[in-house]
Amino acid sequence: MAGNNPNLKPMNLTLKVWRQKNNKAAGALETYKAENISPEMSFLEMLDVVNENLAHKGVDPIAFDHDCREGICGMCSLYINGRAHGPEQGTTTCQLHMRKFNDGDTIVIEPWRANAFPIHKDLSVDRSAFDRIQQAGGYVSVNTGGVPDANAIPIPKSIADKAFDAATCIGCGACVAACKNASAMLFVSAKVSQFAMLPQGKVEAKTRAENMVAQMDIEGFGACSNIGACAAECPVGISLENIAILNREYLGAKLTSQNV
Amino acid sequence: MILDSKIPEGALAEKWEKHKFNVKLVNPANKRKYDVIVVGTGLAGASAAASLAELGYNVQAFCYQDSPRRAHSIAAQGGINAAKNYQNDGDSVFRLFYDTIKGGDYRAREANVYRLAQVSVDIIDQCVAQGVPFAREYGGLLANRSFGGAQVSRTFYARGQTGQQLLLGAYSALNRQIAYGKVKMYPRTEMLDLVMVDGKARGIITRNMVTGAIEKHSAHAVILATGGYGNVFFLSTNAMGCNATAAWRAHKKGAFFANPCFTQIHPTCIPVSGDYQSKLTLMSESLRNDGRVWVPKTKEMAERLRRNEIRVSDIKEEDRDYFLERKYPAFGNLVPRDVASRNAKLACDEGRGVGTTGLAVFLDFADAIKRDTQAKVAAKYGNLFDMYAKITGENPYETPMRIYPAVHYTMGGLWVDYNLQTTIPGLYATGECNFSDHGANRLGASALMQGLADGYFVIPYTIGDYLAQMPAARVETSHPAFEEAENNVRGMINRLLSINGTKTVDEYHKELGLLMWDYCGMARNAEGLKYAKGKIRELREDFWKNVKVMGVNEEFNQTLEKAGRVADFLELGELMVDDALNRNESCGGHFREEYQTPENEALRDDANYAYVAAWEYTGPNAPSNLHKEDLKFENVKLTQRSYK
Amino acid sequence: MSWFAKTFSSTIGRKIVMSITGLFLCSFLVIHLIGNFQLFKDDGGAAFNVYSHFMGHNPVIRVLEFVLLAGFVFHIWDAVALTRRNKAARSVGYAMNRPQDNSNWSSRNMGLLGTVILVFLIIHLYNFFLPTKTGGLDKVMVDGMMIDNLYIRVAESFKIWWYVALYVISMIALAYHLVHGFQSAFQTLGLNHKKYTPAIKTLGYVFSVLVCLGFASMPLYFFLFK
Repeated sequence: MAGNNPNLKPMNLTLKVWRQKNNKAAGALETYKAENISPEMSFLEMLDVVNENLAHKGVDPIAFDHDCREGICGMCSLYINGRAHGPEQGTTTCQLHMRKFNDGDTIVIEPWRANAFPIHKDLSVDRSAFDRIQQAGGYVSVNTGGVPDANAIPIPKSIADKAFDAATCIGCGACVAACKNASAMLFVSAKVSQFAMLPQGKVEAKTRAENMVAQMDIEGFGACSNIGACAAECPVGISLENIAILNREYLGAKLTSQNV
Repeated sequence: MILDSKIPEGALAEKWEKHKFNVKLVNPANKRKYDVIVVGTGLAGASAAASLAELGYNVQAFCYQDSPRRAHSIAAQGGINAAKNYQNDGDSVFRLFYDTIKGGDYRAREANVYRLAQVSVDIIDQCVAQGVPFAREYGGLLANRSFGGAQVSRTFYARGQTGQQLLLGAYSALNRQIAYGKVKMYPRTEMLDLVMVDGKARGIITRNMVTGAIEKHSAHAVILATGGYGNVFFLSTNAMGCNATAAWRAHKKGAFFANPCFTQIHPTCIPVSGDYQSKLTLMSESLRNDGRVWVPKTKEMAERLRRNEIRVSDIKEEDRDYFLERKYPAFGNLVPRDVASRNAKLACDEGRGVGTTGLAVFLDFADAIKRDTQAKVAAKYGNLFDMYAKITGENPYETPMRIYPAVHYTMGGLWVDYNLQTTIPGLYATGECNFSDHGANRLGASALMQGLADGYFVIPYTIGDYLAQMPAARVETSHPAFEEAENNVRGMINRLLSINGTKTVDEYHKELGLLMWDYCGMARNAEGLKYAKGKIRELREDFWKNVKVMGVNEEFNQTLEKAGRVADFLELGELMVDDALNRNESCGGHFREEYQTPENEALRDDANYAYVAAWEYTGPNAPSNLHKEDLKFENVKLTQRSYK
Repeated sequence: MSWFAKTFSSTIGRKIVMSITGLFLCSFLVIHLIGNFQLFKDDGGAAFNVYSHFMGHNPVIRVLEFVLLAGFVFHIWDAVALTRRNKAARSVGYAMNRPQDNSNWSSRNMGLLGTVILVFLIIHLYNFFLPTKTGGLDKVMVDGMMIDNLYIRVAESFKIWWYVALYVISMIALAYHLVHGFQSAFQTLGLNHKKYTPAIKTLGYVFSVLVCLGFASMPLYFFLFK
């Protein structure tokens, strides 16, 4: 334990964790003790400690997704005490720290719930639907080489900044997990509006909006009810305005594109 | 075997142009007859896979993450260098080349580095065309910032998330080819062995991390873009899953491993806070522009601080030691990464470190806040301060940050020639996975540049040269070589699962990491390295007797995945130690305590060590063979770095 | 499927239909409310009865009635289709869920609120609209013309306590439905701008409260003061 704060005392917690052997098996919440947890641990480090203890007892460790542990790769998920990525706003699970909890707390940990995100095991889900949506049009069709000089097309700073804000989506799926309808609109809109704003992306903006929305529907995500839970739980603060942009891009595309 | 780097003849500036003309081409109609495997989908892998598919090759791409978008390139913060000279401040291809060679302490190949600087300008064009939202000026043109080791502003950036934006650009190009059916993507799939047929790389064996299925994939060439091996140290700024397995198993099949001891320790990371720590988080180097690094002057005071008997504010100005400013008046807090890291370690070794572990130094913004107001400091570094507060629970505007160096990047890797081909024909290595263009120390904002240069602009040419000279006939996966490799993989997995010992994989990994950090980290010496070698061997032996890996192969089994990776780290760690022991000089990230100037600076030995150390695997527990590739410097003059 | 059918069976397409019909129904509410203010005229119901006779016999209004019906039908049809889809998107729910931490109650319960409004609508039509079509109302002479005395029916109905209560509760539901629905419609139509969206949201609140207060005031007025 390190920080300069001697007042942080180790905590004992009760975890209720969703365990499910594989996609076909039935699952249930299991109860585990997490003892002697330092408030300075990250949430995932707390799970590491629990898993080490389980391993020593011969119990299969809890499977969960994680990778960069610095809030950028989007691999970590977890629905913690009824909230996507836990109680702290604007934070991925890997950046959530145990000082946000109190000694004696019971913490319920569930996987993202959406039929479009089938469970692999325990808390790990399959988010390949997101990749397929991107494959449907989340790109600018340029090959390597033969492109104009980077400064050939000036882009207003305000536009570039806004496009960047949309482009920071980490693809974690918290928007889907938090949405009452398991809708992927925030995710899809981030990419559509990023490209819709930039001159490079405008060229195929119509087809992109049409195809990405079509794929989103095929994957079985729900519709957007403008509830706003997605943006409220988004760890990187993707704005609801992107959904409005997607709506108008889609409507405009459907009414005016050459695709019948 | 004599290493042939295949550097083209001619003047430095003309080598690449000439080489591009001289390489053989595969006719457009024939490209569809060739299959290429790309392992890893970070900047180097995704860019290569997309570019090769665009050319018409059939690509199979693999990554261990659940999506190619999550490769650890995504975590790069600062930026990407390019010799665009948009700022009219005297930048040029030659200057970028020169800075990179010098920054790498003269342990990189001139021709490769020059090519890197040449194609750097194309990378920026390519990324902008893909819709990467780089930072811009009010006039709508691209913005630049300056970075360590350079006197010009050549770094392009997208706030503090440049790696993310570049990776998403490459990911989008990859997605487009997946949609066209030219790339078959295998996420959550780990390469476990290389398949060789008639001495050539012809495929790989993989494990599906969801079902456990062991699968065979055949191709005409294999590209490894699997990143670095910083996780040998257990704690690093790498992602948890970053591993050396693909590269290491290729090494065991005959690919030489070059300069494994060259690891970069980044000075500004959030310190370790306890033994449960799983990973270290980097704070951008830019913080050293305004933050002042210090520790208490005396050991006694540091001890009282650590025991919380006094507070930071109780330490008077004259009792603080701003050691970088004191020792390097010219560069002050802005000395290069290796120098800053080493001095922090020195202060902590003297018992003057802070934080309860004593393994941290202060990075203090009090002066900057007094001078510029808190609002201005927040405007510059707000997001970094927020991140620090989130992780440590402390307010860095009020109390100084605590920082400590951490393993960040590995300059060593698979040895490759000018074509990025390893010593195995048909096996290529790109990005951090190869021993790279950074010599003994990488400059900031150069990793992204190299990854994309290799993938977008080098490998598409050089791999064509190889494929054009081989028949298009495919090797069936029923070939005995595939069977044999598959059996080896299954054998290793079964061995791991059958031990059922008492120590967990993480316990071994932590122990190895600590050994590596203590004896093959920021400072090394012969005695410590020899000790570490013995200890690693013991640990490895124990691992294979006593490791506890539960479950079966035919399931989602994260412990099994980790066990295979740690088994490889336990071998690679020893090679790193061997290499560090062999290199009797100090250069860049490799600091041998026996070889330093009277002022404790790195002392290079150009007469005896201006070479790439490429190691050949000879068998389990057998000493590796050293092959030397001499480095010739015809365009730069070798000098001693000084930052006084 | 034609591009048109594809568009309006997509999730966004259906939402666009919901928002256009929703805004159209909002405009109907305004007309309906203004007309109904005739109830407050202290003339024994003459003005109200003339107004309702006009509404029931003007050919333009009669045509618009069908447009209005279509508005309701599409709004409800797509609501049902989307709700079914949304429910199907998550067949296993969370054991612990705290949506109150990230969203408004009304935005999450539009279906429930809409159902309350629909039930009200059926009762409302059965009681007031249907009799004008089936001749179930008393007649009254106004300006030399015998017309339905809808006013008497309204006045009598609004003397029944549970009927008044039903109206008031339904108007509260409508208000909550509109608070989310009004601004949500603009969002769905792609109108989100930092200059105008705050104004739209304020307008939505004011609109929802005023319209529903206006409607609720009628039964309360009759119940308490007549």
